[in-house]
Amino acid sequence: MLKTRIIPCLDVKDGRVVKGVNFVDLIDAGDPVESAKAYDNAGADELCFLDIAATLENRGTMFDVARRTAEQCFMPLTIGGGVRVPNDVRNLLLAGADKVSFNSAAVANPDVIAQSANRFGSQCIVVAIDAKTVSPGKWEIFTHGGRKSTGIDAVKFAKLVASKGAGEILLTSMDRDGTRDGYNIPLTRAISDAVNIPVIASGGVGSLDHLVEGVTKGGASAVLAASIFHFGDFTIKQAKTHMQNAGVAVRL
Amino acid sequence: MSTIIVDYNSGNLRSAEKSFQRMSDELGVGQVIVSSDPNIVRKADHLVLPGVGAFADCRRELGAIDGLFGAIEEHVKSGKPFMGICVGMQMMATRGLEHGDHDGFDWIKGDVKLISPNDKKLKIPHMGWNNLNLTTKHPVFNGIKENDHAYFVHSYQLKPAINADLLATVDYGGKITAAVARENIIGTQFHPEKSQSTGLRLISNFLSWKP
Repeated sequence: MLKTRIIPCLDVKDGRVVKGVNFVDLIDAGDPVESAKAYDNAGADELCFLDIAATLENRGTMFDVARRTAEQCFMPLTIGGGVRVPNDVRNLLLAGADKVSFNSAAVANPDVIAQSANRFGSQCIVVAIDAKTVSPGKWEIFTHGGRKSTGIDAVKFAKLVASKGAGEILLTSMDRDGTRDGYNIPLTRAISDAVNIPVIASGGVGSLDHLVEGVTKGGASAVLAASIFHFGDFTIKQAKTHMQNAGVAVRL
Repeated sequence: MSTIIVDYNSGNLRSAEKSFQRMSDELGVGQVIVSSDPNIVRKADHLVLPGVGAFADCRRELGAIDGLFGAIEEHVKSGKPFMGICVGMQMMATRGLEHGDHDGFDWIKGDVKLISPNDKKLKIPHMGWNNLNLTTKHPVFNGIKENDHAYFVHSYQLKPAINADLLATVDYGGKITAAVARENIIGTQFHPEKSQSTGLRLISNFLSWKP
């Protein structure tokens, strides 16, 4: 059977990992490729790089990161941040990404998803949705790192991008991101139930039980976390063993 | 000896190239070249056809490069080893039914159809790691054990009409074709270049395969 994926996510700025990975002795903890190799060895199911300060000028650094990672890590790699047009997808795929994640550009123009999916296939088009709770059972899309409200309903938007050909949704709760209080379960459940494509839960993981809940209560196909892995609170192996013991099928 | 990976504008070939090159270096079996030139394809000892996206697009791109389709057919006819990956594997079939009805190479009798899991809660695409159930022994699967995991990402699958062509399956609300083989050709629906040690093992086996 298909296993629930555990995905460590690394924030990258100007070609460097923002907080660094501190769970193993790396020669250079700020090098995304070194971190990727460490997670590859640790048994992560996929990797996600998010270029948090992507501008036209510094695009090249992310291509270089993708290139060097693809040379050394034979596992799936998603790259997001600053992806605006189908040609950005092409360049990242050519550099070595397997999947490319749209965020603000998809909100501004959902047709870019259809254009990209038609050209490169749905399997490599991820839409990252950043949502905030506006009232119980109601979530709104926020862009620009959660600073800009859009008035767009998150569930409706998820359905829209799925119909445009997105292959996967990376769903981040802006209420929970960085809190370590756990995923926003009602949001995750609402989106997972609304679409027939895989949903990755993101934002708020502080314990291994949170990973389990993302799947059992939230209905997510994959769980993404950053700090609990980077700071060495838990290893990928511990996370997987914990999930398996809780009845979630994982690749061990 | 040379291994050629066919480039026909079908997505990311970098990880495929690097993974085959790494195993080729370990075995000391020569160069891995990515090319769309039929004359170079004709010189291949081992030929690899990757592919991501839709069957129709891949088939059109393959047909758009003059002489390429024929060069691949010649290679397979000559008895030299061939491997198809993902949509590259699907194109080994008789027909693809994604976005219309399109002819494949017709080496593996059967159609490529949309996955329809009997559990409607299962999402499409089938994306992630699934454990292999090996149905037939094959040299390219040497050292790969029952229930080893491989990485999949696809919405369509090749359903072989001849049971003996089926090499491995995975369970996703029913049996999904994971690998097919016949004589000097093999195809995997999963991505060996993304399947960590299991994938590298398979690539190494393919490079030393003498059908």
